[in-house]
Amino acid sequence: MIQHTQSASQTAADISPEALSKIEAIIARYQDQPGALMPVLQEAQDLLGYLPVAVQERIAAGLNIPGSEVFGTMSFYSMYAWAPKGKYVIRMCESPPCHVNGSENILQVLKQELGIGVGETTTDGLFSLELTACLGVCEVAPAMQINEVVFGNLTRDKIKQVLNDYRAGKAVDYKQLPYTTNDFRKYKQSPQELVVLDNVGVIDPMKIDDYLAKGGYSALKKAVTSMTPEAVVEEVKTSGLRGRGGAGFPCGVKWSFTRPLTATPKYIVCNADEGEPGTIKDRYIMEGDPHKVLEGMAIAGFAVGASKGFIYVRGEYYLSKYRLQNAIDQAKAQGYLGDKLFGTDFSFDVEVRSGFGSYVCGEETALIESIEGHRGYPRAKPPFPGVAGLWHQPTVVNNVETLASVPAIINRGGDWYKTLGTENTTGTKIYQIIGHVKTPQIVEVPVGITLRELIDTYCGGLREGSTFKMCQTGGASAGLVTADALDVPMDLASLAQVGGALGSGTMLVMDQSVCVVDFMRSVAKFFAHESCGQCTPCREGTPRILETLTRICQGQGQERDLDFLERLAGTMVDASFCPLGQTAPGPLMSALKLFRPEFEEHLKEKKCRAGVCRFA
Amino acid sequence: MAHSTLNINGTTVKFTPGQTILEAARDAGIDIPTLCYLKGTTPTGSCRVCVVEVEGARTLLPACSTPAAAGMVVQTESERVVAARKMVIELLLASGNHNCFVYAAQRDQGFKVEDAIFCEAEGECQLQALAERYQVFPPSYANPPDTKYYYEDNNSMIVRDFSKCIMCGRCVRACCERQVNLAIDIGYRGSHNKIVARGDYPYIDSDCVFCGECVQACPVGALLDKAARFQGRPWERTKVRSTCPYCGVGCQIDLHIKNGRIVKVTGADEIPNEGRLCVKGRFGWGFVHHPDRLTTPLIKENGSFREASWEEALDLTARRLQEIKDQDGADKIGGWCSARVTNEENYLFQKFMRAVIGTNHVDHCARL
Ligand SMILES: Cc1cc2nc3c(=O)[nH]c(=O)nc-3n(C[C@H](O)[C@H](O)[C@H](O)COP(=O)(O)O)c2cc1C
Ligand code: SF4
Ligand code: SF4
Ligand code: SF4
Ligand code: SF4
Ligand code: FES
Ligand code: FES
Repeated sequence: MIQHTQSASQTAADISPEALSKIEAIIARYQDQPGALMPVLQEAQDLLGYLPVAVQERIAAGLNIPGSEVFGTMSFYSMYAWAPKGKYVIRMCESPPCHVNGSENILQVLKQELGIGVGETTTDGLFSLELTACLGVCEVAPAMQINEVVFGNLTRDKIKQVLNDYRAGKAVDYKQLPYTTNDFRKYKQSPQELVVLDNVGVIDPMKIDDYLAKGGYSALKKAVTSMTPEAVVEEVKTSGLRGRGGAGFPCGVKWSFTRPLTATPKYIVCNADEGEPGTIKDRYIMEGDPHKVLEGMAIAGFAVGASKGFIYVRGEYYLSKYRLQNAIDQAKAQGYLGDKLFGTDFSFDVEVRSGFGSYVCGEETALIESIEGHRGYPRAKPPFPGVAGLWHQPTVVNNVETLASVPAIINRGGDWYKTLGTENTTGTKIYQIIGHVKTPQIVEVPVGITLRELIDTYCGGLREGSTFKMCQTGGASAGLVTADALDVPMDLASLAQVGGALGSGTMLVMDQSVCVVDFMRSVAKFFAHESCGQCTPCREGTPRILETLTRICQGQGQERDLDFLERLAGTMVDASFCPLGQTAPGPLMSALKLFRPEFEEHLKEKKCRAGVCRFA
Repeated sequence: MAHSTLNINGTTVKFTPGQTILEAARDAGIDIPTLCYLKGTTPTGSCRVCVVEVEGARTLLPACSTPAAAGMVVQTESERVVAARKMVIELLLASGNHNCFVYAAQRDQGFKVEDAIFCEAEGECQLQALAERYQVFPPSYANPPDTKYYYEDNNSMIVRDFSKCIMCGRCVRACCERQVNLAIDIGYRGSHNKIVARGDYPYIDSDCVFCGECVQACPVGALLDKAARFQGRPWERTKVRSTCPYCGVGCQIDLHIKNGRIVKVTGADEIPNEGRLCVKGRFGWGFVHHPDRLTTPLIKENGSFREASWEEALDLTARRLQEIKDQDGADKIGGWCSARVTNEENYLFQKFMRAVIGTNHVDHCARL
């Protein structure tokens, strides 16, 4: 709230008449659609590289939205630019998984190699350097993204080479890449049958025929032509499938709330925002088997009586968006999406919508606001989206992995699905094991595997010379667990019992090289960056946590800091508006419980046992 | 309408379905503090000052935006509530330059009173009142007094001093919901959140029409009526209810008076305007004390004006009207009335022209 305020003249730029007429064409294409603002801004920025004032004003006039709202909305998302940037925008990740893999050092290297600081552009206009929250590619941490393309496992040499390639005009075309990071099939494979990832790395994700050859769309056909919507809901209920987006709400139960409502239209929203640090699974599904997600959405639509679906993909997932759009076009062309499917009265269409750099937009009501073209402010619940969601119509919001589990449930029955996993959490789960293991990777296995098995059997154990210190399970807002939790079956209930969370199924494994205070600082940075700012405890509290921890890491901490942090955390948990603020202090509270002596060493002895914090 | 009851602080309280906990409590005379709540607009539940403890709820809930429900058991000042409320107030005080709290300890720490810009809102500021009620002071981690904030003083009516802004969003709802001017919105994200006009411009370069509704809605000293700056403390002023002299709507206004002079004007929460005013009613009162203002009738003689009494002026006017009517007929006379008088006065005027003078030549300047 401190700086800025542009003056009109400062930011006015000359837009060529050709560019302006292209902008007009974009506006005209979206003009009558609700929620047009985000896609129009995105396409305009694609065209010009940034959104000058003249363009903002054209869009405001063309879509009949106040100018203040256009700017208010764009300035919420970190990927919009209203001043020119370099030809290549480098976004260096600073979230916890990259942080524990040395992203701060890598940032220094980038600054040296480019000769600029964060927020600056090289004099040749080639590169701009920015920091970003988790890019969703933590298996190759530390990582950065240059325009659409991800570069991981960064070292000084690799950075030099990449920059030289770009300087020499050898920019990478993301559409030509087979995947964003790694080939799923190169990972250690589970001996058990895969339910969600079965096609990934096996079929060509750009070809619907490959999917059809694997029995694709047979579940949709079965549901639509031989089952009642109620029976589909029942089948999913029977399966026990619980949401894979983090909260673990039973999917069939969610659908059963929306099914009987008479309000129309209803909507299906697939949550592909995947912003939780450490979470990388939905990307493998969307890049490797996009039709499975679409099929799951269509089945959900049939079950609850919706004929329109939106898939909201995080802005950074360019390849996912590209492949999903291709899949939608092909499915429409062959009659698997569109009007009157399989000769019945059921129609279903899907539209891809893109986030643009905001973690909170993964929260379902913020996501809905974003699709509507607003700032990603979570809404008060109730009413829940199932009753009043998108444009206040009944809306089912499900995670990608949840929906991708549905076709198998319809084909093989809820009873079969239920035999997989634990009683508390049925089915298979994609676990993501990252951090200080030998080979970070994803693995789909029945729920209930232990952390020890994941690390030892699938990831080849810890890195050379590592001893296990702690693990943050489920994402940045979950508590830490210590070695005591290594043999706990990883389902929703058991992990919650030991102070962790299954969350999205990500496991950030950390060894003795990690300072818990420094780690908490990077977690705090994430939340301070991603708080939407709507409510006081989170807007003002997250930066204060960061500030206090930063001071402690610099040896400037005071005894009363820990009391303050505990008091602040208490209020954030109790009085924040949405789960982001309510859970943001969770990891800190668990760290203070499990590792209090380490905090006190920093405060009293100015000592960091991991040797990470340098005291001036 | 049917009533139900809920229990607040051990007392059974009636409510009408659709009411929030806050409305039910206020109707029953129970005071729950608020900051972001702005009557007549959509509650956003964002400041969290009004949080209360509801039996069975996992977290505290905002009274301003939680519907009252039958059988609900609510605590509005429990230990848990007060702890959260105090922290919220503390965080807000820390977020800006809330320098009305220059207390002894700060002076000891080298705070220089000379460096303080004093706050116009002191005495009517709702944050200050809350801080007083809950005995909260700006904490040691508060933004240092030399922090740079956005400050705007380039128009003649409104000063924006974001060192005091607590991001309650009331100005936005005043602008967009009460006035429907749609000139401002919340911009940026998280702790960078800031009220933005158009592309984050000064008001003067934006769609703002200077109705000043946002100033009236601001609970702190972030939006100021420029003319009232340095014109005494709020408690030195008296309020006089009046009617806006500009148009036939007849908005009810409060004149804030110090030493017999108007310092500022605010909209009164009454029919027809319910607090709202336009730029003329709120800021256009400079003529009242203007030295050029006419205070007696003037009669022009030999090309220059001289002062006259009302009797003399009215006599002259009546005589000349009669003479013109007798000599040249009533249709040689035209009457021009003002948009600044009431409908009733306009009615009387046309009646006078038609019935007394005898002409239909009558018009009025409804184009102010
Ligand atoms: C701050 C925040 C971020 C979230 N991010 C995601 C996300 O990226 N992807 C996701 O599927 N769910 C996310 N969720 C959970 C969603 O709100 C919602 O519960 C989920 O999409 C429902 O789908 P499911 O029942 O299939 O899990 C997030 C929740 C919060 C509070
Ligand atoms: S808790 Fe944080 S993210 Fe949630 S509404 Fe409040 S400020 Fe926004
Ligand atoms: S805005 Fe209120 S709390 Fe802040 S300095 Fe002014 S009177 Fe004090
Ligand atoms: S003065 Fe009126 S139009 Fe201008 S921002 Fe304030 S409320 Fe809106
Ligand atoms: S300017 Fe005033 S009314 Fe507007 S958000 Fe800030 S404190 Fe609230
Ligand atoms: S990609 Fe850096 S933390 Fe996920
Ligand atoms: S008054 Fe209820 S949250 Fe602000």
